[in-house]
Amino acid sequence: MEEKNATVFVISEQGEGGIQPVSIQLVGKARQLADKLGTKVGAVLLGQDLAKDAQELIEAGADSVFQADADFLVPYQAELYTEIIAKLMVEHSPEILLVGSTFIGRELAPLIAAKLETGLTAHCIDLVVSSEGILEQKIPAYGGLITIVCPEKRPQMATVANGVFPNPMADSARSGEVIPIDVPNEFPLRVQTLEIVSEKAEGVSLESAAVIVAGGAGAEDRDGWQQIVELADVLNAGFGSTRPAVDAGWTELETMIGQSGKMVSPELYIGVGLSGELQHMVGIVGAKVMIAINNDPKAPVFEQVDYGVVEDCRIFVPALVERIKNLKSHAGRAANAI
Amino acid sequence: MLNIVVCVKAVPDPSIVDKLKIDPITKSLPRLDVPLVVNPLDNHALEAALQLKKKYDVQITTLCMGPPPAGNILRECLALGADTGILLTDPAFAGADAFATAYTLAKAIEKNGPVDVIFCGMASSDGATEWVGPEIATFLNMPVVTMVREFVIDQGDEWVVKADYDHGYRKVKLKLPAVITVTRNLNQPKSLSFSGILKARSKEITEWDREELGIPAERVGLKGSPTYVTELSNLESRREVELLEGTLQEKVERIVQILSDAGAV
Repeated sequence: MEEKNATVFVISEQGEGGIQPVSIQLVGKARQLADKLGTKVGAVLLGQDLAKDAQELIEAGADSVFQADADFLVPYQAELYTEIIAKLMVEHSPEILLVGSTFIGRELAPLIAAKLETGLTAHCIDLVVSSEGILEQKIPAYGGLITIVCPEKRPQMATVANGVFPNPMADSARSGEVIPIDVPNEFPLRVQTLEIVSEKAEGVSLESAAVIVAGGAGAEDRDGWQQIVELADVLNAGFGSTRPAVDAGWTELETMIGQSGKMVSPELYIGVGLSGELQHMVGIVGAKVMIAINNDPKAPVFEQVDYGVVEDCRIFVPALVERIKNLKSHAGRAANAI
Repeated sequence: MLNIVVCVKAVPDPSIVDKLKIDPITKSLPRLDVPLVVNPLDNHALEAALQLKKKYDVQITTLCMGPPPAGNILRECLALGADTGILLTDPAFAGADAFATAYTLAKAIEKNGPVDVIFCGMASSDGATEWVGPEIATFLNMPVVTMVREFVIDQGDEWVVKADYDHGYRKVKLKLPAVITVTRNLNQPKSLSFSGILKARSKEITEWDREELGIPAERVGLKGSPTYVTELSNLESRREVELLEGTLQEKVERIVQILSDAGAV
C-alpha cells in the first residue's frame, strides 16, 4: 500500500508549563480519526525550545510534528502565525484541522479558515468520521446536538475546548518525525502583542478548578443559594451556576456553565438543585466524576451523572457541609497532635 | 474624523432561547415567535463607539445582516446614538454560516466607504461562534484583535488595547484600519432614552440586497457557506447512574466517601 501523508492536523500550542492539555487531547482524537481514515496525524507547533513538547505530541499519537522554533514566535503574533500555518496547510492540503479553544486558538482558527476559504465549526463536543469519510462536527444547541459538516472545502476545521476529549495514554515507544517549517525572516506586523500579563485570579477560577459545585433554581432563594456557595467554599471548589440562577439574580453571569456560558472539565462536579437542562450539561461533558443532588427523582440530571442523591438540597447540603467541616477539624486536630 | 462601523446581529432573545428544547421525538424545534434583540455582546461594541464619539469627531455606522424585522435592531442603535444604519437583507442571504456572513459584511463595509475601526461583539449568543470579526478582517486585509477588554490608547492611527488572555491579558499594539472584537468587560451599555428614540426617527436606515453589494449568488447565504447543519439529535449520556439509597445521613457518608476518593476532601 502507498505510504499516505498526514491528513489530520492539529494546531498545538505551547502554554506556560509546557504543551497545552487541549493540544494533547486533540492529538489523541486526531489519532482516532486518522486511523479511521487510514491516514496519519500531523501536529503543528510554533514557539521556542520545542524539543520536549514535540516529543510529547509524538507520544500522544502524532506521526509528524511540523515545528517552527524561534525566539520571535514568543509571544504569539496573530499575523505571523496565520501566515506560517496557512502556508503549511496549502502545502499539505489536509482533510481535517483541529484547534484548541484557547485564547490563541479562538483568534487564530478563524484567521486561518478565512485565508484558506474553508469552514470552521466552533466548540465541538464530539467529532466523528462518517461512512463517506466526512467529519461530522457535533455542537450543543437547544438541549440537543446539532451536526455540522463541511463537505466540499478543505480542511474541515473545528475548535474544541479543553477537557472535551480525554488525555490519551502517552506511549514512549511511539516514534515520529520532527520536520522544521520555514518561517519568514522579516514580517511586518500590523498587530503586535507587546506583553502578556498574568493576573492573580480572585478565588478559584472556574476553568482550572479540580472540583466544581454548581447551583440551580432548586436553591429556591438566597438562603438556599448561600448553602450551595458554602459547600463550594468548604471544598475549595470553583463555583458554577445555571441560567435560571443567574436570571434569579443570585449570581453573576460569569459563573454560568453551559452553552452560552463556560465549558469546564473538572475532576469532580457536584450539581445542586438543578434539573439537568442540556444547555447547562453540555458545559461539563468533560467532567470525570459527576454527582447530582435534586429532590425530583424524575429530573433529567439523574440520567447524566455518575451518582444521584434524591433529597431536598436545602436539607442535604447543610448536612453535607457540616460533615465535611467536622472531618476537617478532626484532621486538623490529628495533625496538631502529631 | 474617525469612521467607525459597528456590526450588530439580531438574535432571538437569549433569555428565552436558553429555555427552548428540541422535541425528543420529532427532533425539531418548537415553533415559537422569539423576539429579536441586539446580540448582547454587540451592545458593548456599540457602546465602545458611542464613548469614543463623546471624546472625538466620530461617525458611527451600524451594520446588520438579517431579515427585514432586523431593521428594528438598527433603529434601536440609532436611538442609542449611532449616526446611520445599514440593513443587508435579501432572501439569498438566508442560511449563511460565519464565513458567508463575514464575506457579505466585508463587502458592505467596502461599499460604505472609508473606515478606520470596525467593532464587533466577540461572539454571538446564538451559535456562539466568534469567527465573524476575524474573518471580516481577513476579507478586508486588516489586522484584528479579539476579546478586547480595555482601550489604553484610542487616538491616532496606532492604538494600544488589552485583550483577555489565559489568566490575565495581553497588551496589543495595532495599526488602523483594524477590526476589534469586544468583551462585556469593556464597558457598561446605556439603556434607551426617550429623547434618543425621538431623535432616531429622523435618521435613515439604508437597505442593500445582494445585487446592490455586487456579490455573486454563490458567495452568499447557504450557497456561499462551507458549513451547514445536517441533523438535530438528542444528547445521549455515556454515564451509568447510581442512585444512592439509605437514610439522609447514610447518603451524606457515601458522598463524603466519593469526595474523598476523588481527592476533594
